[in-house]
Amino acid sequence: MGEAPNTERDAQNADARQRWRLALPAVTIIMVFSILPLIVVVLYSVLTPGDYGNVRWVFSTEGWFSVLFERDIFDDTLSLSDAHLTILARSVGLSLLTTALTLIFGVPTAWFIATRPPAARAFWLFLVTIPFWTNLLVRTIAVQEMIRSEGVFNRLFLWLGLIDQPIQMMFTNFAVLLGMAYVFLPLMVLPVFAAVEKFDFRLAEAGYDLYASRLFCLRKVILPLVRPGIIAGSILVFVPSLGAYVTPRIMGGGKSMMLGNLIEMQFGQGRNWPLGAALSITLTLLVLIALIYYTRLTSGRQGRSHG
Amino acid sequence: MGSNPQESLTLTLENPMKPAYLSLATALLLAPALPALAEGQLNIFNFGLYTPPDLITKFEKAYDVKVTLTEYDSNETAMAKIEAGGHGFDIVVPSASVVPIYIEKGLLMQSEPAQMENFKNVDPAWVDVSWDSGRHYTVPWVWGTTGVMVNTNVYKGDINTSAIFLDPPEELKGKINVVPSMTDVIDMAIRYVGGEPCTSDKAVLKAARDKLMAAKPSWASIDYASFEKFINEDLNASVFWSGAANRIREQNPHFAYGYPKEGYSLWQDNVAILADAANVENAKLFLNFIMDPENAALISNYTRYGNAILGSDAFMDPALPNAPEMVVPEELKAAGYFQQTCPADVQEIYTRIWTDLTK
Repeated sequence: MGEAPNTERDAQNADARQRWRLALPAVTIIMVFSILPLIVVVLYSVLTPGDYGNVRWVFSTEGWFSVLFERDIFDDTLSLSDAHLTILARSVGLSLLTTALTLIFGVPTAWFIATRPPAARAFWLFLVTIPFWTNLLVRTIAVQEMIRSEGVFNRLFLWLGLIDQPIQMMFTNFAVLLGMAYVFLPLMVLPVFAAVEKFDFRLAEAGYDLYASRLFCLRKVILPLVRPGIIAGSILVFVPSLGAYVTPRIMGGGKSMMLGNLIEMQFGQGRNWPLGAALSITLTLLVLIALIYYTRLTSGRQGRSHG
Repeated sequence: MGSNPQESLTLTLENPMKPAYLSLATALLLAPALPALAEGQLNIFNFGLYTPPDLITKFEKAYDVKVTLTEYDSNETAMAKIEAGGHGFDIVVPSASVVPIYIEKGLLMQSEPAQMENFKNVDPAWVDVSWDSGRHYTVPWVWGTTGVMVNTNVYKGDINTSAIFLDPPEELKGKINVVPSMTDVIDMAIRYVGGEPCTSDKAVLKAARDKLMAAKPSWASIDYASFEKFINEDLNASVFWSGAANRIREQNPHFAYGYPKEGYSLWQDNVAILADAANVENAKLFLNFIMDPENAALISNYTRYGNAILGSDAFMDPALPNAPEMVVPEELKAAGYFQQTCPADVQEIYTRIWTDLTK
């Protein structure tokens, strides 16, 4: 590159300053409504719990310590916190399974919609978005209505003679999983649909012309091109699943908590706000890791397809 | 706040009547400036499904006051909001166990209900209570017990025992619910193994935890289960509140309420004026209002809990004053204990036990 004349550099600097000024309102809003509250949470996580909720302004790392470790209540021995680790593992595990389930049901659905004629697409998309008009709580209770002992499924199976007494489905991990997969399914369908819709079907035809089998074509042509949509959908499902609160509470019957419920408990009956704050940040960090993984996946992909 | 949608609709429809609307607005704006004692507003902060709508309407009509009701789900939530300030509430209804904390933190106004006209109706047994002796801050709302509720069609044995959920009989296994009220449940378990609530005796706490952990596999849920689950007999037993048990029995007579002989908690919720209330005079009127037997009966009819106002029985639903959920059997009276708030170090152990139990 040749040297740019000074005037041009000045113009560039002025341009940069102008951009900063224009971005200021957005930056202010992010600072005040996003960064600042986060700082408050971090601050609370290193304070001492007050006797009746709230915090005392005394520095303490006890909250963070209790996220992963515990002193035995009865003989003071130190160990990894079995309860918290169980809950953490359940949260991550159920969220991964939820993502997998929504993939299994969401991708074919999105494919189906994207391959309809344009007029029909709008109608099918409209059907997918209808659940968003309804409150999450109502939708969760609707699922409960399907699987409770006297619910639709049990009565159907009984009538068909498949079972001779109702199966206990409510209040199990299966119930939580089903509830979450149902609630988050549209979040998978929409981004996948957007990706499939942009897919140029002449590429698949070209694949067939070159004697690719259907499966091969799917694996080597279609999936790589709709991958960004699948990844975006997975993140959109995985992240809210991790922090899910209402669904595990209703479907799980309170017998097996997830992270969201554990955090709520610390701010409520547990009266241990610093631990609650530390757990909240742990959850945020988990999400951050998932997002970093996501950016790695997508940017790596683009690099290769351009190369 | 809380403007009626119907009202605003008529206002838009009757647009030509704007001058009338304006003068109404002016009147509303001027209202607080007038030295009137009664007219104006009252903002009540109470537990959910706990405030009878007819009580509110009656109060509004009697004193020309607009009442706004906001609900909360637990004492902890309520206190956190009130402490944060800027809430605009005049009245709160804390449980007996947290009243001393409210007072210690200076959140309540010393409104001297004992000096009020209707205080003569308060049952003397509920005047010199440990949390507000002589009633300088609070007026009784309702009282009740936390015991067990059982479908007696399924289980024929003794129901006045915590064994219903701690050593569950075979017939009930898998159909038991426990309310997620940490202190109630752990207190009952501690009494069951022979200790006292809020004990710091680790051996007792350990025994209580082990008892709970061993019983958990027999439970269906730890939930504020909906009444339908019992009425439909999806669930056949629960740790439950007396008033809720009463409502369920009315719809499914198989259910009965038991007072565990090992120990059950007695509690009372109390109405108090907040230290930073804006509508103090109206709040005082409300306190006096609910000590009237006829009004107290409205509260009992709605909540299905006993009040502490003498003479209110006459105005209650006929079945209520003698309902088994309201009348503690003489031989089980001694087993009742007043729920209290444990010291912070014991509370921490309670939380840990509860986390273990619900992990």
